[in-house]
This record gives sequence, C-alpha cells and structure tokens, in this order.
Amino acid sequence: MMEASGLSLLTVILFLPLVGMTIIAAIPEAQGRNIRYTALGFSLVIFALTLVMWASYNPADPGLQMVQRWDWLPTFGVSYFVGVDGVSLLMIVLTGFIMPVAIFASMASHILEERGREKLYYAFLMLLEWAMLGAFMIQDLIVFYIFFEVTLVPMYFLIGIWGSENRVYAAVKFFLYTLAGSVLMLLAILYVGNQAGTFAIPEIIAAVQSGALVFPFSGLFSTQSFLFLGFFIAMAIKVPLWPLHSWLPDAHVQAPTAGSVILAGVLLKLGGYGMIRILLPMFPEASVAWAPVIGVLAVIGIIYGAWVSYAQTDAKKLVAYSSVSHMGFIVLGIFALNSQGIQGSILQMVNHGISTGGLFLVVGMLYERRHTKALDAYGGIWKALPVFGAISLVLTMSSMGLPGLNGFVGEFTILMGTFGSEYLGFFFALFATLGVILAAVYMLYMFQKVFMGELDKEENKHLHGLSWQEYAALVPVVVGCFIIGIYPALFFAPMDSTVGQIVAQVTQFVTTVAAR
Amino acid sequence: MIPVPSLSEFNLQYTLPALSLTVWACILLLVDLWIPKERKETTAWLAAGGVVFAFIANAFTFNTDGEAMLGMFRADQFTAFSNLVILATTFIGILMSVDYLKRTGIERGEYYSLLLFATVGTMWMVAANDLITVFVALELLSIPLYVLAAFRAPDLKSEESGLKYFILGAFASAFFVYGAALVYGATGTTNIPAILQAVSATLFSGEAANAGAAQLLLLLGSGLMLVGLGFKVAAAPFHMWTPDVYEGAPTPVTAIMSVGAKVGGFAAMLRIFGTGFATLAPAATASSTDWQTIMWLIAALTMILGNLIAISQTNIKRMLAYSSIAHGGYIMMAVAATGTVSVGTGLPNSAAQAALFYLLAYMFTNLGAFAVAMAVEKNDGSGTQMEDFVGLGKSRPMLALMMAIFMLSLTGIPGTAGFIGKILIFQSSLEAGLIPLAIIGVLTSIISGFYYLRVVVNMYLRDGEGDKAEGATPYLNWAVYASFAGTMLLGILPFLATDLTQRVSLVASLFP
Repeated sequence: MMEASGLSLLTVILFLPLVGMTIIAAIPEAQGRNIRYTALGFSLVIFALTLVMWASYNPADPGLQMVQRWDWLPTFGVSYFVGVDGVSLLMIVLTGFIMPVAIFASMASHILEERGREKLYYAFLMLLEWAMLGAFMIQDLIVFYIFFEVTLVPMYFLIGIWGSENRVYAAVKFFLYTLAGSVLMLLAILYVGNQAGTFAIPEIIAAVQSGALVFPFSGLFSTQSFLFLGFFIAMAIKVPLWPLHSWLPDAHVQAPTAGSVILAGVLLKLGGYGMIRILLPMFPEASVAWAPVIGVLAVIGIIYGAWVSYAQTDAKKLVAYSSVSHMGFIVLGIFALNSQGIQGSILQMVNHGISTGGLFLVVGMLYERRHTKALDAYGGIWKALPVFGAISLVLTMSSMGLPGLNGFVGEFTILMGTFGSEYLGFFFALFATLGVILAAVYMLYMFQKVFMGELDKEENKHLHGLSWQEYAALVPVVVGCFIIGIYPALFFAPMDSTVGQIVAQVTQFVTTVAAR
Repeated sequence: MIPVPSLSEFNLQYTLPALSLTVWACILLLVDLWIPKERKETTAWLAAGGVVFAFIANAFTFNTDGEAMLGMFRADQFTAFSNLVILATTFIGILMSVDYLKRTGIERGEYYSLLLFATVGTMWMVAANDLITVFVALELLSIPLYVLAAFRAPDLKSEESGLKYFILGAFASAFFVYGAALVYGATGTTNIPAILQAVSATLFSGEAANAGAAQLLLLLGSGLMLVGLGFKVAAAPFHMWTPDVYEGAPTPVTAIMSVGAKVGGFAAMLRIFGTGFATLAPAATASSTDWQTIMWLIAALTMILGNLIAISQTNIKRMLAYSSIAHGGYIMMAVAATGTVSVGTGLPNSAAQAALFYLLAYMFTNLGAFAVAMAVEKNDGSGTQMEDFVGLGKSRPMLALMMAIFMLSLTGIPGTAGFIGKILIFQSSLEAGLIPLAIIGVLTSIISGFYYLRVVVNMYLRDGEGDKAEGATPYLNWAVYASFAGTMLLGILPFLATDLTQRVSLVASLFP
C-alpha cells in the first residue's frame, strides 16, 4: 500500500461532485441552462478522471492503490481512508459512466418543466454521485456506513419530489426500509470496531486473517454469524435479495427516469460490493456456512423475479422485477465463493447497470411521448421510430444474455462459478439457468408488445423523434454493451488479482480451520 | 469555635463563569427597571453580553481540576463542557426570543433575568459536588422555568403549562431531597466523593455496623433521587408532564427547557450515580453496579415510549416534546453504560463523554428545529400543526432545507451531528456490554425516522400554498443559522468536540 503524498486522484474525484453541488447552489434558479450544463460538465469531467484512474491502476497488485488516509475521529480509530482495488475500480468507473447518462436523460425529460426546482434536482444528483463514489472508495467501516446512508437522502428527494403519482409512499418506504436494514449493520460495525480497535477495513481483515482477531464461530447462530447477518441484511436489502425486495418495485416505478437509472445502475450495486468487500474476508467461516442458504434465496429471487416480470402490464414494473432476477444472479455468483463466480458477479454488476439502466431510459423515453407505461398502449413502435427500436432491441438482447453482448459474459461466468462451487454446485446452476430462459421469455414479450406488431393506435403514429440528448444518453449505453460483450478480458483483467486474493482469504482460512 | 475560612480557601476563580453570571443576573433584574418599556430589547442584549462573558470565562477554566466553595463545587472538564452547552443554549435562546416576545406581545424585561437565573441554576448543578448544591441548583433551575412556562398568561394553555410544571416539579424536588436525606442517613455525608468513599470503604466491605440497614437506606435514597432527576430529564415513566408543558409554554421557553433542563438533570445524574455510587455493587467482584439494571430499563422504556407516541402527534411542539423524551432515552443509555464498572472507572470514561457529545449535538439540532417551528408559528400562537409545514420547501427554501437537516440529524442520518452522537452512545453501550439496549436504541431510531420524515414530506413532497413563515425575523434566522452550522460542523468535523470531551473523566479524577 503506497500512500499518496498530497491529494490522491481518488480524493479529487470524490470531492468534485461536492464542488459541483456548491456551484450549482450558487447559480440563480432562473438560469436553468447554466445549471444543467454545470452538472453535465462536472459529471463528464468526473467520468474522464475515473478513466484516468483506471489507466493508472496496476492490475498486478491485488492490494489497495492510490491510498489516502487522514484522521477523522482519532479517539475511536476512525479515519478518512480511500483506496481502490480490483473490486471497487469498475464500480467507480460505472458510477462515473452512469451519471452523465442520467443527466442527459434528465435534460430530455419534461418532469423538470412540470415540477420545477431544477436547481435542487441537479444539486441532489451531484450529492448522490458524491455519496456513491464515497461508498465505493472508502476503506473505513464507519465512514463507509456514512456514505452508504447518505445515498438515501438525495434518492429519497428525487423519488419524492419528481416521481409519479404515488411518489410519497414510495419515497418513504424506500427510505425507512433501507434505513432499517442498515442500522443493524451500524451495530455490527461498532462491535467489530470495538473488538479490533480500528475501523479500517484492510487492518481488520489482516487481523482476522492472521488470527489476531477472532470472531467466535460455532455454527449458523454464533457471534460471527450474527455479525455476518448484521452486515448481510443491510446489503441484501440494498441488492435487493428475495424476500427483502419489496421496496424496489415501488421505488423504481415512482422514481423519475434518471432516478431509476441511477438506482438500478449504481445504488443496487452497493449491496453486492459490500458483500465482496466486507462479508467474505471479514467473516469467512460464516460466509461459507451461510452460502447454501443465501444461494437458495438467490435462486428463488432469480426465478421469482423473472416469473413476476412476465405477469406485469406496466413496462417499468416489468424492468424493475427483472432487476430482482438479475441481482439474484449476482448474489449467487458471490456466494459461489470462487474466482469465477465473484468475477462474474462484479462484471454482471456493471452489465446490469448498463443494460437495465438502458432499459429504464427506453421506458422513460416512451413515457415522455405517450405519458403511459402500460404495455397495451404501445405496439408497432418500431415502424414509428426505427432507430429507437433498434437500440431497444440491443438493450433487450443484452438484458436476456444473448452471446456477443455483455449480459451473456456475466451470466455465463456466474453459472460456471456456481457449477464448480464447493458450496453450491449443480442444482443451483440448474435452477439459475432456468432463470436465463425465463429472462428471454419476459424480455421478448415486452419487446414484442411494444415494438412489434401493427402500428394500429393513432397516438403512436406521430411520435416525435429522439432529441440529441436522448441519443447522447442511449448511444454510450449501447456501445458499452458491445464493448463488454466482445472484449470482456479488458474488464476481467483489473479484478483478477484482487478477487484471487479474496477467494484465497476465504478458502485458506476455512481449510486451516478444518485442519485444526 | 468554628474556624472561619479565608476567602482564598473558597477558590472562587474556579467558579468564575457561574458566579459572574449569577451576579450579572441579579444586576440585570435591577437595571431592567430603568429600561423604558419600548426598549426592552436592550435587556436582551445585556443578558446576552453576560452570557458571552461567562462563555469566555468558561473557556479559561477548561483545564482546571479542583474544588471550590469548600468542596461544594467541582470545576473540571465535565463542568466546563456542560457549561459550554448551557451557555450556547441560552445565547441561541435569547436570539430566538427577542422578536418572538415582541410579536406575541409578551415582551417584559424580567423574561431575560429569569432566563439567566435558570441558566445559572443549570451551571451550578453541573458543577455540584454535594447533594445540597444539587438540590439548591435544581430549584434555581426549575423555579424560573415554572414562571417562564406561564409567561404567556392569561393564555389558558400557557397557564396550564406553568401550573402543571410547577406542581409536578415540586413533587419531584421533594422526592429528590428525601432521597438525599436517606443517603445522608446511610453514609453520613452529602459530599459526592465522600459518598463514594463511604460506599466503597465501609458500607459494602462488611466493616460497618448495621451495614444491612444502611444499605437499604442507601438503595432507597438513590432510588428516590433517580425519580427526582428522572422527572427533570423527562425519562419514562416520569415524562407525563412533558407534552402539555412543552405545548403550552411560549416556544422559545420550550426550546430552552428541552435542552437546558436536560443538561442539568443528566449532569447531576452522571455525577451522583456515575461518581457517588460508582462502586454501588452487591459484591466487590461484580462487573456492574446495582443501579445499572434500573437505568437500562428506564432508558429502554423512554426510547420506546417517546418514539412510539411521537408518531401519532399532529402538533409540531408536541411531536418535538415526545422526540425530546426519546432523545433523553438515548442519553440515558450512556448513563446506564457508566454503571459497568470497567467503563465507569476506566480512563477515559467513554460513556460520560458520549453523553456530553450527544447533549451538544442534540442542543444544536433541537434548538434549530424549534427555531424553524417558531418561524412558522403565528402571533396568536396558532400555526404549530404539522400541516402548517406543507409547501414550506417552495415558499421558504432555505428555512425548509435547514429544517430538513435538523430532522435528519434527529433521526441520526450520517453527515449530521445526530449521527455522531448516536454512534458514540451505541459504542459506549456496546463497550459496557449492554447489547440488547443498543439494539433497542437502533430499532427505535428507525421508528423515529417515521415521524421526522413526515415533516420533510410535508415541506417538500406535498403540494400546497406554503406558509410565508413571517416569524422568520432576522434574529431568529441567526439562531437557525447558528444551529445549522453547529449541526453540520459536528457531523462533518466531530473531532472539534470529541477533542474536548475526551479529556472528561468523571470517576478517574477521584482516584489520584
């Protein structure tokens, strides 16, 4: 671990959104154009810097890089501690990528003209970006928790102020549901910190691995397992894992388009990221013990999400439930507890962010034109908007995992990992594969309902074409689908060594325990 | 012949902050007579000046550690930090009061003198090193507050508030003083460190004659004192008076009462139980004191009741009243934690530190919330319903934003002072091994999110005209800004305050 002198690149990236927020707050409400472009400019610069970060990242080193650490609450061993490794790298880049897309989508949306308060909206987007970047970069449990929670506040307002009819209910449900999960995590964090004497994640992991810090483990219900569950429930609600998913459809359906894109694109990933970063290396025995149970929940989620998706008549709900299914894959891959599974999960988090984010954009753009999300209201849109139809086709295919596109790579790797896993195995892989087939069913069903068939409804015949902002939001997403699909090695390369280390931390520890 | 102590033996320099403000309050009472009726604002600024002087004097006493007034007064970091909270409360309270009193037509000079007397009472109370000092200070704190609660007379609600507070408060004082008498009977002293000596050296060592009877007296006495102090801090089940009193009293008085009386009560509780009865354990080897279980139950009950009943409130002042009960429960958690011997005697005393930090954080946040509530309140005392906040996000964006931050801070959302306060409290209760209590604490904070968010929902998410918030006068705005700055600063740079609190140690200073 090399500590940066002066400001690390990560610190710069992390605090740029706050600078942006301050500038936006200083612009008068009347200058909507300046507000929009300031937000866009900042998000683009941040994305560019995350790419610079990727370029200067050394994939051979499994540890943290670009580290920076300052004392924050020294009495309690809490510090501002940022660093990037193979797990967080892609998450940070994904955050950088999704934000400009969401801002382009907001620029093309009527919701801001309708509800006003543009300044507040973009200020919240910047605050959200800050919180998300922080959650991925921070290596200190308390500060991680802070960022993890702060993401709730702007999202709550985005749903609550600029959402659709039932927005207040959805916003409050989202806030309280996720808060409930994470306060138990706070207790677990305090307990761990008390035992370890520090809250720095790498130090705690090192202490656990060296045996200096022992969380007693004697089965599914013992100290270590309770701590594990404290963290796990918070993460599982965020992901969301069946049966803790019920906030998600409400939040997604009521959120404005940009909110849905960010929620699906980045926020859900906090859960998966947290599992890999904290749960596996800190509580290896509990992770192994609970893996089959979690695997079963994940598989149920995969099939349940897909099944319920198919029954939806509301396009946005359909995509929301498909998220439950896809996130099930990610949890399954993580708890395969082998390199393939975890790498597949990380990549699938990126994939899901891009393709489901993209699908929310598509649904949002349809809504802009027709003011309805009911599948029945559409039909034959391909004929009215052929380019839009083609883009949507790519995103649909990517979401159902067509080879050559990104979804396939992720799901295939996860299934490989599950199949080869000591803890899960054949049957888990079998049922998960069923999920892949069902995905094809509901995705094609949606596509066919909306884009295929006769253009028989009068209102659908004269839809206005896509604006440049809408293209600017959709095209990068589609390009992303292709790049990952065709050249996945580019994305696997940086995570390889770090994931290898985590797997070694889990398995090595477990085998030494068995040997004892 | 009784020896007459020389003046230097009183160590008056240690008491300078409290003493100077006491003298100033008396002088102000007289000076006010010469201030013409239409220029009563002058009295406010004179009072504020005294507070500022005491604040500066207090800063100089921060590193002292000694006794004054022949052992009746203890000047240490605990005193200094509590004084800081109290003086800041009064200063912000004066800012809130100036325009409010004018526009509601109750501007009278004695208001500020009474306010200063209450402040002074709290200051003597946090420094009290003797049960008699605690009692006298308790009365000095309470009596001006009874009067202030009824300051809006002949408004019926205000009169009801004052009378209720007075009658129940008098009962509570009686409980306290009877408890103190019993403790004196058991230990032969009212001096807190001497009580510690008596308890640890003789009562539980089996050397004393009639040890059994003395132990019984001691337990009864400490229990009665807990009732008296529990009333002052509005801990369940002694909280019944709070909502009515808070609702009826003029809002700035409510704001000051909700913080000041709590600081005094908890400080006395920490001194008496954390110091005096620190070794009150059934066996020398016991890891926790006798009173821990009861504190723990009170804390749990207070958090649960306060938070649950707050949900159904439709009046902002009543909601904040129940919320202040609930927050008392969180501080009570820290008090209970000091009952674990390893936490109580270890250096540093993290539970007392957590309680102090929490009080500071709560002070800023709660005063801010009350200040915004005052801005929305109308001259005739209406406009205190939750519904009155609908649309405030549009009509008064800055005010609404700050109210939202205060609500998030009360919930304990990261980035605000409330969060740091909560983690310190939870941390100390885990350290003391009170894991179930910590779990109750976090679960009730989720419940609290429910009613705090309702204010935010009303301000931002519901469409409505939006109140003009005509009460948001310049001085009141300054009070809001100051509270906001404190809330955010402690949330983002908590070490500013933890650097001060970490020097606080209650029990350790008694074992040289």
